Amino acid sequence: MSAVTPEPRPKSLMLHLDGVDKSFKRGGQSIVVLEELSLKVPTGEFLALMGPSGSGKSTLLNLIGGLDRPSHGSVVVDGQSIDSLKSSELTRWRARNIGFVFQFYNLMPVLNALNNVALPLMLTNLSHAERRKRAEIALGIVGLGHRLKQYPRTLSGGEQQRVGIARALITDPKILLCDEPTGDLDRASARDVLDLLQVLNRDLGKTIVMVTHDPQAAECATRILHLDKGRLIRESGSGANP
Amino acid sequence: MSMLSLMLRGLGRKWVRTLLTILSIFVAFMLFGFLAAIRVAFASGANVADADRLIVRHAVSIIQMLPETYGDRMRRIDGVKDVSHATWFGGIYQEPKNFFPQHPVIPDDHLNLYPELLLPAEQLQAWKKTRTGAIVGRTTADRFGFKVGDRVPIQATIWPKKDGTQTWTFDIVGIYDGAKSGTDTSPLFFRYDYFDEAHRGTRGQVGWYIVRVDDPKYADAVAEAIDQTFANSPAETKAETEGAFLAGFASQIGNIGAILTAIISAVFFTILLVAANTMAQSVRERTNELAVLKALGFGDGQVLWFVLGEALLIAGLGGFSGLLLSFTLITVVGDPTNGMLPVFYMPKADLGLGLLLVVLLGVGSGFLPALQARSLQIADALRR
Ligand SMILES: Nc1ncnc2c1ncn2[C@@H]1O[C@H](COP(=O)(O)OP(=O)(O)OP(=O)(O)O)[C@@H](O)[C@H]1O
Ligand SMILES: [Mg+2]
Repeated sequence: MSAVTPEPRPKSLMLHLDGVDKSFKRGGQSIVVLEELSLKVPTGEFLALMGPSGSGKSTLLNLIGGLDRPSHGSVVVDGQSIDSLKSSELTRWRARNIGFVFQFYNLMPVLNALNNVALPLMLTNLSHAERRKRAEIALGIVGLGHRLKQYPRTLSGGEQQRVGIARALITDPKILLCDEPTGDLDRASARDVLDLLQVLNRDLGKTIVMVTHDPQAAECATRILHLDKGRLIRESGSGANP
Repeated sequence: MSMLSLMLRGLGRKWVRTLLTILSIFVAFMLFGFLAAIRVAFASGANVADADRLIVRHAVSIIQMLPETYGDRMRRIDGVKDVSHATWFGGIYQEPKNFFPQHPVIPDDHLNLYPELLLPAEQLQAWKKTRTGAIVGRTTADRFGFKVGDRVPIQATIWPKKDGTQTWTFDIVGIYDGAKSGTDTSPLFFRYDYFDEAHRGTRGQVGWYIVRVDDPKYADAVAEAIDQTFANSPAETKAETEGAFLAGFASQIGNIGAILTAIISAVFFTILLVAANTMAQSVRERTNELAVLKALGFGDGQVLWFVLGEALLIAGLGGFSGLLLSFTLITVVGDPTNGMLPVFYMPKADLGLGLLLVVLLGVGSGFLPALQARSLQIADALRR
């Protein structure tokens, strides 16, 4: 018997968008933002989305995260077709499965780092002590274990973004959606944040979709997609080879 | 972290604005409490009116006197159970601003007609034994520190004594309380026989009669029968229920209740605008935060309650403390006019109304911003 070369085991799909259209009504006429867009993202991938302003990157991210719904087509996340979910179900699904990281951090100014990070856990039945413990761990992961009591205004941009990432991590979601996470940061802070995202992807197995304008940031991803006028036009090779 | 502490922190964000809003609500509810007590003071007569009591006065006006002999004739009319009479003495204790009513009455008859005046039995006995004896209500006793055994001089204005002097001196033999918080305990009552004998005017006159009917259902018929009995006599009568009598009396000083209600309504409308403005601003400033909450998985309903809860907190903090303080001051410190008002207390119904207004204010100021927050589209809000 000759040895059979084992088939490479197909990676499971974390994301599957099929024939997605998205248009907005503005001033009586409808403008098409995404057109016939199809996309597969395997579990554990770190995908960078690039493209000119207005090309529909944020819109795409919103569809994946269930913040908005496609006009046509289907969005399947980890086997769950999210188009079929009712609005309240979608909200609950989002709380469990998606972690968002925003360009401008969007932290609550009235809460300290610990409470900002613990905020999503208010939707769970966890005890106060348990929430606090998890928030401490999450802040430890992003390297801010010593900044628990500090309020956002007393933290640097890079630190605030790391608090934002810790908040996205706290519910242990399968996917992190990051919309220009380094867009507001200087080089060094951006580097820290990108390194952190890489660690989360590599060591914790988080699937990451990151929108960015910065080619150097995109280099951190395992795959780079370019979006132009609502279509995926080009796929460039990954920068960081796994 | 709980939803409540999140709301409280939200309030603390613009704490000066929050505090000013809470303060204005607080002041409004203080005002509400005191005006409620003042309104009761003015309406006290009508509230304590008994359905089975009639007041019989001179047909021309209350200041004209009726013969004392009418009493026995009234007792013979069908449907009349008890009869008593009183007279307006209008005396002054030390100075005019110390006003309180004084009436000469027949002790047994009067207390029989007004069971809400509670006088200890031994004090009634003492009164019946003391010709110059008088009893005084708790309000006035407290106001001037009158005690049993005191001799109180009253200057006559309408009724000088036979010898031409103005000073009537009464021996305080009893202090009565009111059975209900609405009972007027300001009058001083003294003996009619002493009055009738000692004053300079014509004997055997009384100011008005108080009649108890057998059955309140026939009160109007009995009133009519009384007026018929004395028709075409030198002193014709006008009998009416105590409620109607007091209402007519009150309308002479204007419709205080309506004026107070108008003031309160205007104040509340203003406060509603202030609170609604605070909430609208607060939600507008936090559109982004609310959208983030939604993105993190907070439901539309939760966000709605979050905003509404904040409005209720503002209304509650200001409103409850205002009600509580006014209630405490009214109950503990009492009448700010020092006894000018016959009664001074905050009725339970008004306290309940106040609590209801607090909730209405919270909901009224918060529901539009709350609905706005509920229907906030995450993607739209985050683009701004
Ligand atoms: N809610 C909306 N209503 C109307 N038009 C919208 C809406 N959301 C997005 N658009 C339009 O869709 C297009 C794509 O927007 P999107 O925010 O996805 O672009 P983007 O690629 O993220 O751009 P940027 O790099 O500037 O963030 C733009 O022309 C935008 O004006
Ligand atoms: Mg964008």
